[in-house]
Amino acid sequence: MIEFENVSKSYGESKVLDRLNFRINPGEFVVLIGPSGCGKTTTLRTINRLIEPDGGKVFINGEDISKVNPVQLRRTIGYVIQQIGLFPNMTVEENIAVVPKLLKYPKEKWQPIVRELLELVGMPYKENAHKYPSELSGGQQQRIGVLRALAASPPIVLMDEPFGALDPITREALQEEVKRIQKKLKKTIVFVTHDMDEALRMADTIVFMSGGKILQMASPEELLQNPADPLISEFMGKHKGAPGASLTAGDFMKTRVLKASRKTQTLQSVELMRKRDVNSMIVVNDDDTYAGTVSLDTIKALGKAGKEIGDMMEDQAPIVNLNEDAHDTFEKLYTSPVGYVVVLNDDKTVAGLITKTSMAKAMGEALWGEMLS
Amino acid sequence: MSNLTPLIIEHLLIVLAAVAISAVIGVSLGILSYWVRPLDKIILWVAEIIQTIPTLALLAMLMILFGLGNITIIAGLVLYALMPIIRNTYIGLEAIPAHLKDAARGMGMSKPQQLIKIEIPFSLPLIFSGIKIALVNSLSIAVMGVLIGAGGLGYPIYRGIQTNSLERILSGAIPVVLMAMILDYLMTKMEKWMVRKSPQN
Repeated sequence: MIEFENVSKSYGESKVLDRLNFRINPGEFVVLIGPSGCGKTTTLRTINRLIEPDGGKVFINGEDISKVNPVQLRRTIGYVIQQIGLFPNMTVEENIAVVPKLLKYPKEKWQPIVRELLELVGMPYKENAHKYPSELSGGQQQRIGVLRALAASPPIVLMDEPFGALDPITREALQEEVKRIQKKLKKTIVFVTHDMDEALRMADTIVFMSGGKILQMASPEELLQNPADPLISEFMGKHKGAPGASLTAGDFMKTRVLKASRKTQTLQSVELMRKRDVNSMIVVNDDDTYAGTVSLDTIKALGKAGKEIGDMMEDQAPIVNLNEDAHDTFEKLYTSPVGYVVVLNDDKTVAGLITKTSMAKAMGEALWGEMLS
Repeated sequence: MSNLTPLIIEHLLIVLAAVAISAVIGVSLGILSYWVRPLDKIILWVAEIIQTIPTLALLAMLMILFGLGNITIIAGLVLYALMPIIRNTYIGLEAIPAHLKDAARGMGMSKPQQLIKIEIPFSLPLIFSGIKIALVNSLSIAVMGVLIGAGGLGYPIYRGIQTNSLERILSGAIPVVLMAMILDYLMTKMEKWMVRKSPQN
């Protein structure tokens, strides 16, 4: 059990930890999360005394850790960091055996441990034990980083954004592995991340921190249902539901559209469309609300010079509100007889048009970021 | 020519002895500068000052302390060799990525264990390169030993100057240059091997 009692830490004027009080039970997977500078990493590093608090006490199993030799203490606590930090001058086997060797295990004792651990993550001893870290992929390196932390069977393992530098697929695989290992070996894990997805996936308990204080300490479900602070909901907002679910019709439309009053005469309309190289345009009422559309073909078929286009409007184009869900909008576009969808503001004025081109561009941006136009 | 061989050997032994002593002192001082932060500037500064003392003056001062003979030139060479060795040791240790130090500390290594297991192996190529520079420099400085009664290849050069004999001067100078070139070549090879072997590359 880990207990924080009024733990504070300042660097100069800035308070990094502000009288922290909380408790972590044995076998619990606790995730510390919050915006950068919230004190989550500092909290983690006070547990193995890489950082000494200015005030308050940290207890592990009832023992005040400030009374324990820090070097001895660290050998009993696993530690995994984002930059992995495998020792480049040591093989995989030597890296995993670092702490057992510091604890003076004989070779007959640590070598089977290395074998067993490598098997645990599906990296056969024979092929991997004698490689150097630089010969491994990033994901494999961090697997070894995790194994190194586990090698001396510490009851507590600290992980400081361990998967932050990995690609999403590797990250997910390692998250599952760590969760599986934690359950199997019944470790207490304290895990720092700024990724809410990761926190929700891994944690038994999430500690949400901000400004050196705990805003909420709760299970993932509780945090999702009753976020105690607007900052927490904001942090979670990005992580709710499927990607793209929050997109609306407004995100896909183009706003430079050709509009004309219904009193515009036919020849003038044809000229406008020619200039913009389009074959239809939007017709609006006097109060600028949407009236309909008119196409070049219709004007050619029905129109005589000098007639107003208000008399030859069509209403085949599907209409959506600016805030309409992206998925529904997409379906309307797909079935639209004219190949586009008109987007209206709440006051029925025209906000823009969604064409297949604008939709494709917006989806590309959602996937790959800003595109060249 | 045959009477040159013992001089070459003596020259080489003087230089090797001096650089070996200097390496022990220099690496230790480099580590000290790395460990005890306020000391680094002082140590590096003193080593640099020593480097700027004219050879003749330094040897004369040492002669007062140690008298005539090989000990004096070895002492002088030790002092001259310190700077590149201290500096490269210090730079090598300073260049270790912070996350490696963090990992070593976090695993529960004591300071000496961090040094021996991680930091020295990591900076070895640079430390070695400092020793190489010191060795090559010392080969030519050692020639000055003749002025304070030391042995080595300074003697034929000095005799050559006195008798105005180019041949004699060259008989001393050429072996010095050759030794420097050969040692430099060999040690550069070793250095490259070390860099290649150190797996972060």
